[in-house]
Amino acid sequence: MHEDSHDLCLVFEGEAGQGIQTVSSALLPILKNSGYQVFSCTEYMSRIRGGSNTTELRITGKKRTAYSSSIDMLFAMSPLALERLKGRIDDGTLIFADREQFGERWGTNCIDMPLKRLATEAGGALYANTVIAGAVLCMIGIPVERFNGYLQEKFSAKGESVVSANFHAAGLGYEFTRKLPSGFAIQLPVPMQQGGEERLLMDGNAALGIGSVLAGCNFISSYPMSPGTGLLTFLAAHAHDYGIVVDQAEDEIAAINAGLGASYAGARAVVTTSGGGFDLMQEGVSLAGIIETPIVVHIGQRPGPATGLPTRTEQGELALVLHAGHGEFPRAVFAPGTTAEIIEIAQIAFDVAETYQIPVFLLTDQYLLDAVCTIESGEIRRLPIASTIIETTDAYRRYEFTDDGLSPRGIPGFGSGIVRVDSDEHDESGVITESFEMRRHMVEKRLKRMERLRADARPATPIGTVEKARTILVCWGSNRGVVEEALEFFDSPDMAGLHFSQLYPLQPKSLKLLENRRVIVIENNALGQFADLLTLETGRKIDRRVLKATGEPFSVEEVIEALEEEENG
Amino acid sequence: MDNSLHTFDMPAETDIAWCPGCGNHMLLKAVKTALQNLGIARNRLVMVSGIGQAAKAPQYLDVNMFNGLHGRSLPAAFGIKMANRDLVVVVESGDGDMYGEGGNHLIHAIRRNFDVTVIVHNNMVYGLTKGQASPTSHRNMKTPVQTGGVILEPFNPLAFAIALDAPFVARTWAGDVRQAAAIISEAIAFRGFALVDVFQPCVVFNKLNTWQWFREHTTKLPDDYDPSDKINAFRFALQDDAFPLGVFYRNDSKALYEDLAGLDNKPLYQHNPPDETKVSRMIEAFR
Repeated sequence: MHEDSHDLCLVFEGEAGQGIQTVSSALLPILKNSGYQVFSCTEYMSRIRGGSNTTELRITGKKRTAYSSSIDMLFAMSPLALERLKGRIDDGTLIFADREQFGERWGTNCIDMPLKRLATEAGGALYANTVIAGAVLCMIGIPVERFNGYLQEKFSAKGESVVSANFHAAGLGYEFTRKLPSGFAIQLPVPMQQGGEERLLMDGNAALGIGSVLAGCNFISSYPMSPGTGLLTFLAAHAHDYGIVVDQAEDEIAAINAGLGASYAGARAVVTTSGGGFDLMQEGVSLAGIIETPIVVHIGQRPGPATGLPTRTEQGELALVLHAGHGEFPRAVFAPGTTAEIIEIAQIAFDVAETYQIPVFLLTDQYLLDAVCTIESGEIRRLPIASTIIETTDAYRRYEFTDDGLSPRGIPGFGSGIVRVDSDEHDESGVITESFEMRRHMVEKRLKRMERLRADARPATPIGTVEKARTILVCWGSNRGVVEEALEFFDSPDMAGLHFSQLYPLQPKSLKLLENRRVIVIENNALGQFADLLTLETGRKIDRRVLKATGEPFSVEEVIEALEEEENG
Repeated sequence: MDNSLHTFDMPAETDIAWCPGCGNHMLLKAVKTALQNLGIARNRLVMVSGIGQAAKAPQYLDVNMFNGLHGRSLPAAFGIKMANRDLVVVVESGDGDMYGEGGNHLIHAIRRNFDVTVIVHNNMVYGLTKGQASPTSHRNMKTPVQTGGVILEPFNPLAFAIALDAPFVARTWAGDVRQAAAIISEAIAFRGFALVDVFQPCVVFNKLNTWQWFREHTTKLPDDYDPSDKINAFRFALQDDAFPLGVFYRNDSKALYEDLAGLDNKPLYQHNPPDETKVSRMIEAFR
């Protein structure tokens, strides 16, 4: 695409260990500080050295939070690049690569950039990524000196010689590009200067961490698993500041049971994992269901079954969390779609878990967690923290029957009462029972909470003018960015989008919006799990499913293509 | 028995699901006696258990209770202690729950060494599932599953715990309520991970390890026994002609997880919302 002249898409390709990630992390702050909107996402192989990984960096005037498949400039460091990326390269793609490495694949849009020689001149192969960063700055028209501050800060601990070698490397890349024939110049985006001061740069992991801190989260127990580990490391880094108990559990079973123990004793607890780790947690979800104890479960989705594609992305665990844990009990499922929304939804997730005394699932995915983008600090919402914990009296009963099924939540050690929770069916005071009569009342009590939970469910976010559109493109979680951009590009009053950030229970008012429209559901899985859920909840058929389960996210181009098919019937 | 014990009694009409003659009844008395002697306030004590006949024990005490999942009492106990270190946390569990289903958690709970007391009712058989072998069943015991007799050597919880340097390791038995109560008291008063393995007969399913068998196959630790000697403790833990009863191992200098982790004394529920200045600084780092 990029008919929009405000848009520029760079891709850095290289082997694991070659430092392509550092190119984008170096460029992102400089571009942001220069007033650009930036979006960056990565795809990488499950290996420590070798292979072929890429980082995409979109420089835009208007804020974009979507993966774009077409490439304006490609910096290729490994010989695998052209073969792996051929579907994303066209005549308009400018390829910077070492001709020696590419041999017969060489084309007219390739610029012979002697990366190896320039890096060696600067001090060694290590400096190739700084050479590339220098080249990018020149193409965009940012003075290379502006880079020096970053390099100084980043490498000062490694000594003056490393800093000056980096200065040299950046200068070499810059000079190389400056001397290129003018025909290679790229039409550059127009920087948006306003608001640059207030702008932040963060990835989904940081947003999730910030949201959890703002929610008053003070306990995490988890077992590392990509891509769910980011929340664990973020909270570990901030544990001291906020008094958060951080536990690396021996396995996921321990993690969720520790989370529930902590929550029972008054903590605001979270566990984080991915689908495979969550499989092990399911007995704990069921326990949370019967003991009515709040817990937030974050699942960073990646393709399964089993180990699947460990470093890739998918939206494959919705059906899993909808049904996780044996027995019948209420639950809520959230799936934020943007950085700001992750921060907000994380707080809502903790609040809903605490208010309704249920397990709450927060679904993200590798793409959303690793993507970095600009965010205005004004977009960060801080919600009030409301604790539902009460001081108990002698007469306290943990499962006292009430009109709405919600019993006042006491914790041990706060008040004179006794707090009993039991995984067996129990009576109002939490004591084991086999009375059928009591069982009937308890089942009713637990499920009754669904009524308010459903009524309070978060409405779907409209994209465009939903009321007038004949066709609604429904998405959830991380697909919000691509759908927003594709619909904007398409700009048809007949089409609008609806993004669901709460997937269960579904807000009845949002479901009403789907009545008498053509409904297309787009999701990053093979079966259309959300489409199935919509059918189950509304009884209506979904007119079309746009699905992808390759391990990659949807690109804006793919969504546009799907919309074009609509228009062409 | 001392009839003045009442602080932790459940109402008289409480239906106790254990079989008549079961060792659990004696152990319940021992636990009650220990709790009463220690003078722990009811609302500060949390009994945690998993699943099994032994794990029903907290149902019969009038205290805070977290009766969770099979094998998972230790992770839950850990979470409870981390959320509020002022609570006294006691786990009551059986040999299947603790040494079978919960084995991995036992390894890591000992490694952490948080302040918890773990009482394991060890009757060397699965009672609630009707008589299959447990990890501590003795060889040649015939069961509906191990039809030719158990072929594996039994798990040795004491040697295992001492090898991992669990700082308090003891064994007692349900036939001596006075000794059991004394050891359980000592274990609860101990700061750190305390394991009390309790021999008890299962009168319905274990025809091998009966009241009589335990009387004949247990012995006292020597009078001059020094529980601070770890190698010696390990040696006694391996003894299986007559099983010694008493405190095998005690290490009073082992660092507590709560202290190593820098956990403060304020329970998590009393924490204030995150400080505005810190939050701003955290967000500013992304500028």
